[in-house]
Amino acid sequence: MLLAVVALLLPPGVALGQGGKVAVVITFKDDISTLDPAVGYDWQNWSIIKSLFDGLMDYEPGTTKLVPHLAESYTISSDARTYTFKLRQGVKFTNGREVTAQDFKYSLERMLNPKTQSPGPGFFSGIVGVKAFQEGKAAEVTGIKVVDPSTLQITLDAANAAFLHTMAINFSHVVPREEVEKAGADFGHKPVGTGAFRLKEWVLGQRVVLERNPNYFLKGRPRAQEIVILVGVEPSVALLRFQRGEVDILGDGIPPARFVQVMSDPKQKALVVIGDQLQTGYVTINTEVKPFTDVRVRRALNMAIDKRKIVRIINNRAVPANQVLPPLMPGYDKAYKGYPYDPAAARKLLAEAGYPNGFSTTLYANNTDPNPRIAQAIQADLARIRVKVELKTLAQSTVIEAGGTKGKAPLIWSGGMAWIADYPDPNNFYWPILSCAARGPGSWNWAWYCNQRAEQMAKAADALVRPEQAKIRAERFQAMYRTVMADAPWIPIFNERRYTMRSARLSGPTAIFVDPIHIPVHYDEVGLK
Amino acid sequence: MARYLVLRLGQALLVLFGITLVAFVITFLVPADPARMIAGQSATAETVQRIRHELGLDLPLPAQFGRYLRHVLRGDLGRSYAQKVDVAALLRSRFPATVELMVAGIVFELLIGLPAGILAAVRRDSWLDRTVMVGAFLGVSAPQFAVGLLLLYLVAFKLQVLPLGGYGGLSHVLLPALTLGIAGGGWYARVMRSAMVEVLTQDYVRTARAKGLPGVQVVSKHALKNAILPVVTMVGLDFGTFMGGVVVVESVFGWPGIGQLAWQAIQIVDIPVIMGVVIFSALAIVTGNLLADLVYPLLDPKIRYQ
Amino acid sequence: MTGGSDAALVEAVSRRGTAVPRRGRPPQAWDRLKRNPLALAGLAVVGLVVLAAILAPWVAPFDPVEQFPDGLSPEGRPLGPTGQFWLGTDLLGRDLVSRLLYGARVSLLVGVLANGAALLIGTMLGGLAGYLKGWTGAVFMRFTDMMMAFPALLLAIALSAILRPSLWIVALVIALVNWVWIARVVYAQMLALSSREFVEAARAVGVPTGRLLVRHLLPHLVPTLLVWGTLGVSTTVLFEAALSFLGVGVRPPTPSWGGMINESQSYFLDAPWLVIFPGMAILVTSLAFNLVGDGLRDALDPQMRGR
Repeated sequence: MLLAVVALLLPPGVALGQGGKVAVVITFKDDISTLDPAVGYDWQNWSIIKSLFDGLMDYEPGTTKLVPHLAESYTISSDARTYTFKLRQGVKFTNGREVTAQDFKYSLERMLNPKTQSPGPGFFSGIVGVKAFQEGKAAEVTGIKVVDPSTLQITLDAANAAFLHTMAINFSHVVPREEVEKAGADFGHKPVGTGAFRLKEWVLGQRVVLERNPNYFLKGRPRAQEIVILVGVEPSVALLRFQRGEVDILGDGIPPARFVQVMSDPKQKALVVIGDQLQTGYVTINTEVKPFTDVRVRRALNMAIDKRKIVRIINNRAVPANQVLPPLMPGYDKAYKGYPYDPAAARKLLAEAGYPNGFSTTLYANNTDPNPRIAQAIQADLARIRVKVELKTLAQSTVIEAGGTKGKAPLIWSGGMAWIADYPDPNNFYWPILSCAARGPGSWNWAWYCNQRAEQMAKAADALVRPEQAKIRAERFQAMYRTVMADAPWIPIFNERRYTMRSARLSGPTAIFVDPIHIPVHYDEVGLK
Repeated sequence: MARYLVLRLGQALLVLFGITLVAFVITFLVPADPARMIAGQSATAETVQRIRHELGLDLPLPAQFGRYLRHVLRGDLGRSYAQKVDVAALLRSRFPATVELMVAGIVFELLIGLPAGILAAVRRDSWLDRTVMVGAFLGVSAPQFAVGLLLLYLVAFKLQVLPLGGYGGLSHVLLPALTLGIAGGGWYARVMRSAMVEVLTQDYVRTARAKGLPGVQVVSKHALKNAILPVVTMVGLDFGTFMGGVVVVESVFGWPGIGQLAWQAIQIVDIPVIMGVVIFSALAIVTGNLLADLVYPLLDPKIRYQ
Repeated sequence: MTGGSDAALVEAVSRRGTAVPRRGRPPQAWDRLKRNPLALAGLAVVGLVVLAAILAPWVAPFDPVEQFPDGLSPEGRPLGPTGQFWLGTDLLGRDLVSRLLYGARVSLLVGVLANGAALLIGTMLGGLAGYLKGWTGAVFMRFTDMMMAFPALLLAIALSAILRPSLWIVALVIALVNWVWIARVVYAQMLALSSREFVEAARAVGVPTGRLLVRHLLPHLVPTLLVWGTLGVSTTVLFEAALSFLGVGVRPPTPSWGGMINESQSYFLDAPWLVIFPGMAILVTSLAFNLVGDGLRDALDPQMRGR
């Protein structure tokens, strides 16, 4: 008790605002989980990890263009199954040691090792020898070869056009073995990498402070001296602090409650950068549950939803969607019209399918705002075509579980849970959530959809590896997605836009505040005026 | 006395065991898979299965509980599934803030509630009494989120007298403690008033008054001592409740207390953290009730324990 | 009459007038109640709320779940009070008046039933434990410790998946969770009460335990019970909202006052009426119950007036 009284009177170690002069301050509501690149997989730590670690490939800031990063160059074999990366010279970990090809082999094998509990191995299952390694039958992954200290060679089972993207995602970023072994299970809280920043301070539950890495291999980066990440801050309060000049970027975005007020004030609106996301929000229709086994019913549902009304409910922060891919994704089908909003036609189609009086079903949704409201709007729309929807708004983990359980969830509104692309390639919207390969217990293919023809089309398109084949590949994917949409396993509802509010004293091109890969901002590129 | 304490300690251990068991079983009933939550979106079924195996989640329930119990008895509360950090470290990091808010919160509840309750009792049935009563109901009925946000907006944002949330010393804890005080003060006011009125109408008080003892003395010495009993009970209850975390106030003010930790953990089924918080708050509740039970005989000598 | 000789003795020994049954009590009590303006006002309000709940389908101007396109501004903002929507609209363009009227059903059920049940269970168990003391008392109190540390929210999530969520389930969960607090308070009071001389005297005279508990001790608990019973209405209504949020209880789009507050809390600075109107409804209802409760207590025993 005495301790508590003393604690009350004594000022704490750090007062807020002290870092405000040299540091870029950003706020989040949730705690930062882990900064281990092999393990971290939430939208919050994803970009922070990108600034602490590096991979062979990366994206040009503000774009979805893939370029070599720690790899200086690479060559692809004639059968497109072997990639040889030449490493950049002189790249150092923040502990001073230079990076070699062996480090990459170590990092990849560490991530693939079940003991690490990484979410990532699924992206790399195409590398030769991964399965044997994971099952303990082999001591190493034979497909990853250290040719010499500065050359790494990776061989795949089959050609994969998206392979280079997997060399850019966090799971393949390089980590120093000696630091991992020293920190043991705590590496996620004591990260050591090659990135533009290094960890300066981490006070659990309060803040994470990053300081610039003076030996970063890219000259002139990072632009900022220090980044202070405050956690536990409610979005509405974050906005108040932003307006008081205490905060530079709202990590969780403009709170929906204040959105209209902010955007109608010209002074505040000027501080908002608008962009798009690699995101689609959709309703999954469980193709294994009656009456949704009938494609006519699924199509009818697609015609019953007033997407403009739903977009208005979220203050026009999105654009209505008519297909699987978001507009920002390379390969988006601009010509595709999708299903029109036509409740009368929907009712007719339902009658044709044998449900002139409609039927009852259940819609699952996440319980965080605005998802219950969107779900209720969908419920009201479906009521108009005599489909009686019972709503289940539950905790996220419960909905995800229901989606992955056979025959359990007839309809699921994906908002707040899915789907944001892992990397900017059209196949990322197919394999994890619509493919036959993914379908099964625990998967994110909540529609339990399987179309063998689409599967073959996607596989064939993924074999088109060469840059000159990119256009044909995009067309193949468009054809594949049209096939999928004809089956209507989803009702695409909207694609969220991004509204990043940033203080006037931040420098950097506007594109970095709506960088498709780095959310909410490309930490390496942001600076102070 | 010593015998009583030993007895209570033994009982406390039993209670803790019971809670641990029940909470563990309940986390099992929650239809969510922690392995799936860790594996995230694009993970394949094999990845999820491997993670599940590494965490020991594919063992049957009794085996898992046994494993957990063995670790706890060794002092190891496990590692958070999501944050990959020691649960004990997480709890430690939240402890000072939780205690600070609890003390400040209780202080404000008493500061607001007790004087109001006494005044209302002494000026029974007057307009003051009615105002206090309505005020108490207002405080209790007002949703804490709205009250906190309003206070923050008016005092910290508009008037700029206090900081906009965050953790710290007196200036930072003032508004969150006030929010808690408004919400809880109403209870204390009503209970205090009730108890005071009951005592004030007793014969011995009437006698004291008739004898000519000054009003204040009558109130303070005799009435308060007896009326304070239910208040002590409530403080004991508050102790336990606050230590379990007051997530709404913590969220609004960005106070790094245990409530936020627990809430986040429940959302993603981070079982080690959930269990850690449950054990921690169970400890606090048992302690709070024990302290209250120990204080009763001091206030009313006729209360005795076998 | 009832309790004749022992009552007289008890009264003589006790330090204050206790609630002794009097002849022909009911008619006199009703007269006293009728003369209490505040209690009547409270009764009127409670009556209004009950009527609103029952007659909602006939009295409500609109369907509470209908989402009006002109209920939202072009940017999707809810409307304040207008000619068409007297108390404004909510975040989905639904009429607030209609939702408040229909919401009364949930809140009354929860506030009265759940709260009442918690009160009943808590008083019975807490009172017994405080009176019996010894091992029974100890075991019981440790059990309440356990129940208090029980992660109620976790239980709610687990239940939401197993059971078919309904109002009765949520009332049950609330009662199961809240009785513990009342039990603790009653226990402490009973400890103090049962150590008083008049209890020893009554026992010495041979008053049976049951009568002692109900006739002589229980009335002393009434003030405490009233406090918890009436303030508890508000807290249980708000608790219901938290439970519904987790999936136990009323499901959208069924309105409930607590739920209406919950879903618009973060909009408080922009659309405060979304929180204020349901909040006022909760406040007024619980206050009304309080006035009625106070009035009832005064009416049943004028000697306890003003507690």
